[in-house]
Amino acid sequence: MARLVRLPRRFLKKGGEWYLTYAGLAIITLIFAIFLLAPIIAPYDPIKTDVGERFTAPNFQFPMGTDLHGRDVYSRIIYGARTVMLVALASTIISLIAGVPIGLASGYAGGKADRVLSLVMDSIYSFPGLILAIALAAMLGPGVVNMSISIAVVYIPTYFRMIRGQVLSVKENLYIEAARAVGAKARTIVFNYIFPNVIPSILVLMSLNIADAILTEAGLSFLGLGISAPTADWGFDLQSGRPYFPGLPGRGSYWWLITFPGLMIIVTVLGFSLFGEGLNEILNPRQREGE
Amino acid sequence: MVSLRAYILTRLLLTIPMIFLLLSIVFVVLRVMPGDPIKALIGLKAPPDTVESLRRQFLLDQPLYIQYFDYLSDLFRGDLGISIYTAEPVINEIMLRFPATIELAISGTIVSVVVGVLMGAYSAHKHNTIADHSFRLFSMVIYAFFIPWFGMMLQMIFAVQLGWLPLYGRADIYLEPTHITGLYVLDSLLTLNFSSLINSIKHLILPSIVLGLVLSGIYIRLTRTHMMETLRQDFITAARARGLKETTVVYKHALKNAFIPVLTMMGLQFALLLAGAVLTETTFSWNGIGTFLLQGIQNRDYPIIQGIVVFYALLVAAVSLVVDLIYAYIDPRIRY
Amino acid sequence: MEKASTRFLILGKGKVNNIAEDMLDVEDLRTYYYTRSGIVKAVDDVSFTMDKGETLGIVGESGCGKSTLGFSILKLIPPPGRIVGGRIVLDNSDLIAKSEKEMREIRGRRISMIFQDPMTSLNPLMKIGTHFVELLLTHDPLLSEEDALGRAKSILSVLGISPERIDDYPHQFSGGMRQRIMIGLAIALNPDLVIADEPTTALDVIVQAKILDLLKSLRDAYGMALILITHDLSIVLERCDKIIVMYAGQLMEQAERLDLQERPSHPYAQGLLRSIPNIELADQRLEAIPGDPPDLLNLPRGCRFQQRCPYAMEYCHKETPLIDVGHNHLVRCFLYGG
Repeated sequence: MARLVRLPRRFLKKGGEWYLTYAGLAIITLIFAIFLLAPIIAPYDPIKTDVGERFTAPNFQFPMGTDLHGRDVYSRIIYGARTVMLVALASTIISLIAGVPIGLASGYAGGKADRVLSLVMDSIYSFPGLILAIALAAMLGPGVVNMSISIAVVYIPTYFRMIRGQVLSVKENLYIEAARAVGAKARTIVFNYIFPNVIPSILVLMSLNIADAILTEAGLSFLGLGISAPTADWGFDLQSGRPYFPGLPGRGSYWWLITFPGLMIIVTVLGFSLFGEGLNEILNPRQREGE
Repeated sequence: MVSLRAYILTRLLLTIPMIFLLLSIVFVVLRVMPGDPIKALIGLKAPPDTVESLRRQFLLDQPLYIQYFDYLSDLFRGDLGISIYTAEPVINEIMLRFPATIELAISGTIVSVVVGVLMGAYSAHKHNTIADHSFRLFSMVIYAFFIPWFGMMLQMIFAVQLGWLPLYGRADIYLEPTHITGLYVLDSLLTLNFSSLINSIKHLILPSIVLGLVLSGIYIRLTRTHMMETLRQDFITAARARGLKETTVVYKHALKNAFIPVLTMMGLQFALLLAGAVLTETTFSWNGIGTFLLQGIQNRDYPIIQGIVVFYALLVAAVSLVVDLIYAYIDPRIRY
Repeated sequence: MEKASTRFLILGKGKVNNIAEDMLDVEDLRTYYYTRSGIVKAVDDVSFTMDKGETLGIVGESGCGKSTLGFSILKLIPPPGRIVGGRIVLDNSDLIAKSEKEMREIRGRRISMIFQDPMTSLNPLMKIGTHFVELLLTHDPLLSEEDALGRAKSILSVLGISPERIDDYPHQFSGGMRQRIMIGLAIALNPDLVIADEPTTALDVIVQAKILDLLKSLRDAYGMALILITHDLSIVLERCDKIIVMYAGQLMEQAERLDLQERPSHPYAQGLLRSIPNIELADQRLEAIPGDPPDLLNLPRGCRFQQRCPYAMEYCHKETPLIDVGHNHLVRCFLYGG
């Protein structure tokens, strides 16, 4: 019953889900470009203070203005992409590497071990993610590596559950055949059938995972539990700019300190969300609504 | 057919190991992680015997299994320890701030559900129109609105520029209602303090909108899908065949059916709600357990951190149990 | 009425009977569905008339368009379907020309409908009393709620359901009772015409008979016309004044009851009659019509029945006209001329 995945040939199909996917892909490509080309496209060193007068509004020289330390916001945004994407990607990969094999083993083995593992994973899964990340990050301390680990733990159950579910359904189908076939063959069949089917779902999960991880990373940094100053980071910049946006008396608000980091978070999260959701629609199309 | 009593029993039995597990995980995480809380609290310059005596006081010198046992037995008695910072029982400190979070959570949920259901119903009614596509897009986009940023933007517009709503906090200092439940809106009503009531509601508006809108996406999509299914049913066509107005058919007959899945979803969303509340509380300087957790972290107040995490775990488990039971009560077919 | 007399002359009638008036006059009705895979001509050029109090049976297999025909009269065709041509004249005014608002006044009050599946045609979350009260108040806003409730209760007793059950929910009733409630809703405002779309298909045989008897007694009491849509020819032969046989969207034969029974003319109708089991014949072999209905997206040219017809000729590739074979009996088949 497991079908092998066919690569879609017509990439130019019309339809809402394709627009979403392409839009998402475009944004993702842009972010990765920023990530890779940061040293080239950033005009200033993001942590260098007083490259301009403090609190200057966006102008030609500083397209996004300068912050409270006189740093170029535009450069900080660009390098912030590096920090954010690094953490998001690292955490996702860790979750993947930890969750998939455990899910595979647990689903395949079954029995008590499976029940215990499922219980553990369900417990973690049902706990509020950000709060778990906060607790872990508080214990581990600041830094990109620690943040990645904290966030990774939150999403391991997601991969575990998905893989385990797939294994269970395939197991049920092949039981009869496996009973007849040579015992060792069953394991190979399971692996050969599961992986091709599961890869597109993993891709969707990863995309949505990265989107969530970015929000969690921004949350941690915003709360002061993430990176250590003065690393460029969108969430962190949001927090440092926060006292100033209502404006100082007689000066007006320094809106550029928070508007740009916030927009970057939204756009990046959107990119991965749209891509993931669009891909999901393509792979598992919902029933046609009205002919 | 399983009886309700048997179902409750089964459900409780399953919850208990989960709670145990969560509590144990919390214990392990907090004990095994690097970092010495005592040193962090007092500072590196403290004399070694003060450090040692405090260590002993918090049982941190005992082997792990004794600490674990002590931890569990305390929890069983409802004792969450004493705050290092304030020397007050943790449980009291938590209960002092819990109502604020609950008030925020409730009003956030109301916003989420109302916005979500209305948008979803309209989307289903006018499906494949621009409105439909916009609302569906909205449901995806709004989740990406980083809560602190969204909150600050609204603060900038409505509090700073327009001055219509307060900037932060639960109420103006002299307008706080007398403490009965801790829920300002409820307390104001109970004491018939109408200026307090209006003030509390005003303070509640922006945080609720931020939290509520960001989490409304799932309700929009759920309602839309369910409504579209419902609208295909025979009884809808039959209602039209009786000459009923289209708005009556959609918003009276079809919408009623949509509420059951929304109810279940509310339970499933609770964890997300709590997480979002932490960011909302920080942005609006709302004195709930979210900000309290962060304070605890700042102060390296171990018992507070542990106590709050345990509290969250129990809260989530309790809510999910209640939702399951309510659902089983409504629909006897769903009982494992 | 002018229209009626012209029609009778063309078809070679004789004197016009002035007493019987056409209550409903359906002319050249065409309802198409514009799907992604093509155009489905669900109802293609169907015409018939009905007198006050008459019973018309519309028979055909699944997918022949009979239900679509019923829905078209009430203009309840959902997109991507549309009524593309023809007229539906109810007492001198064309329903097709009417606005949605005007149609709402007609639905439930002058023309009402009974649905096929009693399990799904009532709102499971609404008391049956509310179904009635809502209906009554929609069409008569000046009615008070107590009066509406009172009327609802009396309708229930007419239906043979205890009026105390007015606050019960649909799932508390059996299938047969739910169908009766549906009928009750349909006749509550004393309509001129009731369209019953397969009212007995989802019910067992004994309940079937009861429901049909109920319909008959209501008709005798209130004098409304009835369109009975079904795939069961034996039912219409028993209970309908006039019968229309549909196939693949087209009207194949139209005749009065006895006439159809004695002289079934269209090969399809003949096949249908042959396939009705006769309890009095021992060792009867049931004859099914061989083959399947055509794909409505890919209709053959000319007669749509040719592929299954035992008498198919070369001719049948041409558009088949409706031929009058006398006594209000019409057949769409080249065997009879054309």
